Order: sequence, then structure tokens, then C-alpha cells
Amino acid sequence: MRNRSFIVNYHLMLLPGIILLFIFSIIPMFGIVIAFQDFIPGIRIWEQDWIGLENFKFMMDIPDSKQVFINTIVIATSKIVVGTFVPIIFALLLHEVRVSWFKRFVQTIVYLPHFMSWVILAGIMVSMLSLDGVMNMIFKLFGFEPVMFLASNTWFRPIVVGSDVWKEFGFSAIVYLAALTGINPSLYEAAEIDGANRFRKLIHITLPGITPTIVLLVTLSLGNVLNAGFDQIFNLYNPLVYSSGDIIDTYVYRMGLIENQYGLATAVGLLKSVVAIILIMISYKLASKYANYRIF
Amino acid sequence: MVKSTTLFSKSTDVTIVVLLAIISFISLFPLVHTLAISFSEKSAANAGDVLLWPKGFNLTSYRIILEDHKFFAAFRVSVERVLLGAFINMALTVIMAYPLSKPSRIFPGRDIYMWYLVFCMLFSGGLIPLYMTVTELHLQNTLWSLVLPGAVPIFNVILIMNFFRNLPKELDEAAVVDGAGPWQTLFKVFLPVSLPSLATVTLFSIVGHWNSFFDGLIFMSKPENYPLQTYIQQLVVRIDPELMKGMTTDDLIRLSKASDRTLNGAKLIIAMIPLLVIYPFLQKYFVHGIVLGSVKE
Repeated sequence: MRNRSFIVNYHLMLLPGIILLFIFSIIPMFGIVIAFQDFIPGIRIWEQDWIGLENFKFMMDIPDSKQVFINTIVIATSKIVVGTFVPIIFALLLHEVRVSWFKRFVQTIVYLPHFMSWVILAGIMVSMLSLDGVMNMIFKLFGFEPVMFLASNTWFRPIVVGSDVWKEFGFSAIVYLAALTGINPSLYEAAEIDGANRFRKLIHITLPGITPTIVLLVTLSLGNVLNAGFDQIFNLYNPLVYSSGDIIDTYVYRMGLIENQYGLATAVGLLKSVVAIILIMISYKLASKYANYRIF
Repeated sequence: MVKSTTLFSKSTDVTIVVLLAIISFISLFPLVHTLAISFSEKSAANAGDVLLWPKGFNLTSYRIILEDHKFFAAFRVSVERVLLGAFINMALTVIMAYPLSKPSRIFPGRDIYMWYLVFCMLFSGGLIPLYMTVTELHLQNTLWSLVLPGAVPIFNVILIMNFFRNLPKELDEAAVVDGAGPWQTLFKVFLPVSLPSLATVTLFSIVGHWNSFFDGLIFMSKPENYPLQTYIQQLVVRIDPELMKGMTTDDLIRLSKASDRTLNGAKLIIAMIPLLVIYPFLQKYFVHGIVLGSVKE
């Protein structure tokens, strides 16, 4: 049957990918030693000064880092909470529609923003949220004072969370819609014979039917508590809203590649990855234990 | 579904349809608004008079872009990276997913490779070490810097591996009995039956490559090498770092007044066109892709 040449060819098929991963994933992992160095660009990595945990101590001392950490958690958690509720409600509404062309029409429209990049969407938002933009036009209509949205620390977080939910709710709803179609129709028929109205069917059949999916997705989203969305915030923020909108990833970028503090930036990034990996492992553990979820 | 004819239920139906219509409107509004601005007169757009229909319809912005060599150079870089990047992604996905789909009884060592992949997926050195690696290899300002660091889409490999695994085992065995080698089995037997799944991951690769801007920003030091998203990010979205240092609200207002909304709008619209062109295909396949991701033995 299968001789040695088969096995050799299997190894050959994997070889190019394994090499590329080694160069672009494994080798950079050794680069985390920079976090323990007083790194000066231009000098070889093994000739740098070792300073132990100095970078981490410095990170704890500067007031910025505490604010950056708080911003990250607040924005990411709000996104998870709002980004869970809105798709569920949308999926429940759409599931009630019986006219299939209307259903398809709505789906076609709401999935679209998911595929747009944050560069494009930020370009659109900057124009919509400016002083002469549409948002302020609506504000004026209702008699409110115009607001410089992207310069306001009160508005920045709601805008970030709101626009992220706007972009993703349709796409996130797909999983719930799939779960909804999976509910056994005979349950609804039985309930109707028992005289249940629409609302009771929703409470007693539909919601319990999608609860496992909701639990699974919320558990998995735990791994995202430190991911506030670099692409989005990077394209929307400015120095005026650092105190409410600067997150770990944007901070690492500025410290590292703009201010050339490689050691500090790598230390902050390393701390983030370690916590993130612990969170991901916990969430997968929970998901596999309670929802029988396996990724491979 | 059983039809309910009570008045209560009918009015609920109407409410739901109206709500969904409003939701769809909100989803589409920013895009249509930008389209309207791009066709409007500069003064009307900057004064905020345009809503969903152009005011003072004209094609000036698009004409300016047509003569903008830098814009098209960036567009070309983007197209090149999509073609090369998606091809490499797809080729690697296929040739890696196939051996990994064999049980370790047939392919000893399979589990070690699998752990290697998961390890690479979970852990990363972070931004700075990756930047230094790419610099060290002298890939800056080449197309390779945009294509190689993400050449192995590990998640897609796992998706396709799961798909191959769920195909009937007879498919593989019959090919082997007929004397086909591993490459032949993969390309002549496995590929033809997995086209929809491969289309799904390829489309996602294409969208990913078209949309990414950050690698272009950090790996390209010359603006003429920027892909389109980076180019737009620099021209439309970014604020000059010099200005960022002591910035005030007034600066930001001045900046937004100075920006050319119609021209920017037109640039954003053109950058969206390729996505809109493949959107019908995306829509056909992504639901399939999500089901693909969730079906496991």
C-alpha cells in the first residue's frame, strides 16, 4: 500500500510552510529578549545591554500605562457586551420574517460593512463626524450644540464601540441565524396546539434553542478582552483623545516604531501576549468542557 | 410555519419589517452618503449640505484621480499583493492541509506538525521583533514583505484539513490502489471535490490582503511602494505626527475644514470597488465557510 515515498512526500508538502513559519513566527519569538534589554537600534541584538526587568518597572511607573490598560479593557469589554446583544436581537427579528426575498435583501446589506477595511470606514467616519458632518446636522435638527466628536473624550469610546458594532453585527448574526434554523419546527407546532402566542414561543422555544450558541460565543470572546481593535482605533484617534482611547496596541506602536523605545514597547507587548494567551486557554478550556467545542 | 391571522400578530410583523428596514438603512447610509459626496460640488460637500443625493453633480474628483499617478501606482501594488498573496496562501493551505488530514497511524509525525502550527498561531513575538526580522532579511520596500509574513494562514489550513478529513476515506484509498502518488491524489482527487471550500478561504485571503494597511505602513519606507489602503490611510485618515505633538481642538477643526471631502470620498469609493465586485461571490460562499468552521467530528 503506502510505501516510504508517500511519507517522504507528506513531509515535503509541509516543508515550505514550516520554513516560512519558522522565519516569520519562531525567529521573532526570540526577539522578545529585547524586553529585557536597553535596546539601541543599530547594534546587534546580542551586544545590547541587559537590564533585567527594568523595562517592566519603568512601564509600571509611568501613569500612561495604567490609563492605556483601563482604556483597553473598557473598550474591549463594551464591544463584547454590545456586540453580543445586537446580533442576537437582529437575528431574532430576521428569523421572524417570512418573506424570503426581503430576508435575503436585508442580509445582503448588513453583511457588507464587515468586508470594508477600517481605513475606508475611518475615512467615511471622519467626514461624517466632523463639525459640518451628517451627525452634527442631525444634532442641530434636534436643537443640540454641535460636537467635535473625534476630539471629545466623552464621545470617543461610544463612537468606537458603536461603529464596531455597526460594522460587525450583521456578520456576527450569521451564527445565530444558523442556530435558529436548527431548532426543530415540531416544537413550534406543539406549542401552537397548546395555544402559545408568538411571545411565549420566543421565550420558551427560540431563546432556549440558541442559548448553547450564545454561551459558546461569549466564552470564546473572553480571549478578546485585551483586543480593543488596533486597526479601528489607530485610524480614528488623535492626541486629544489619548486619555480615553489610547489602547495597548496603539501605545506599543507609538513607543516602539515612532519613539524608538524598542525595549519598552516589546515589554508591554510581551505582557499583553502572556495575559492574552492565558485568557484564550481558559476560554477554550471552558468552551470544550461546557459546550463540547473543539477547534481541531 | 403556521400562519397566525390575529391582528396582534399582523402588527408585530409590520413592526419587524419596519425595524429591519431601518437597520438596513443605517447599515448602508455611510456608504451611500460617501458616494453622494464624491459626485457633489466641493462647496456643498464641505458645508455639509449633501445627504444621500449629490448636490451640483459633477465628476471632477474622479477626473482628478484618473490623472493621479500615485493613486494608480498604489492601486497596482494592492492588486499585485492580492494576486501573489492569495496565490501563496491558497497553495500553502492546500499542500499543508492534505498531509495533516491523514491520521498519525498513516503519517507518523503528523501530530508534531499540528502542535507546531497551533504554537505559531497562539504565540507571537509581537510587533517590534517581526519588524526587525523583516528588516534583517532586507525585505523592506519589496512586495515580499507584504506577502511572506502571513504566507501560512494557519486557521485556513485547519479549516481545510477538517474538510479533507470529513471526505469519505474510500476516496483516498481508491486513488492509492489505482497507483496515484500523493501529489496526484491531492490535485486530481481531493481538489476537485473541495472547490467551494477552497473558494471560501481564497476569498477571505483576497479580502484580507486588499484591506490590510499596517504592514504597508511599517515595511514600506517609500510612499511609491504603498499599497492602496496605506496610501489612503496616509492621505485621508492620518494626522501629521508633527502636528500631533501639541495638538488642540482648533487644529483638528482647521484640519477637517482643509480636507477635500469630495476628492477623499471618491478615493474611498474607488478603493471599495474591487470588494463590491467580489461581494456577490463572497456572499455565496461565506455562509458555507462559517458552516465549514463549525462542523467537526
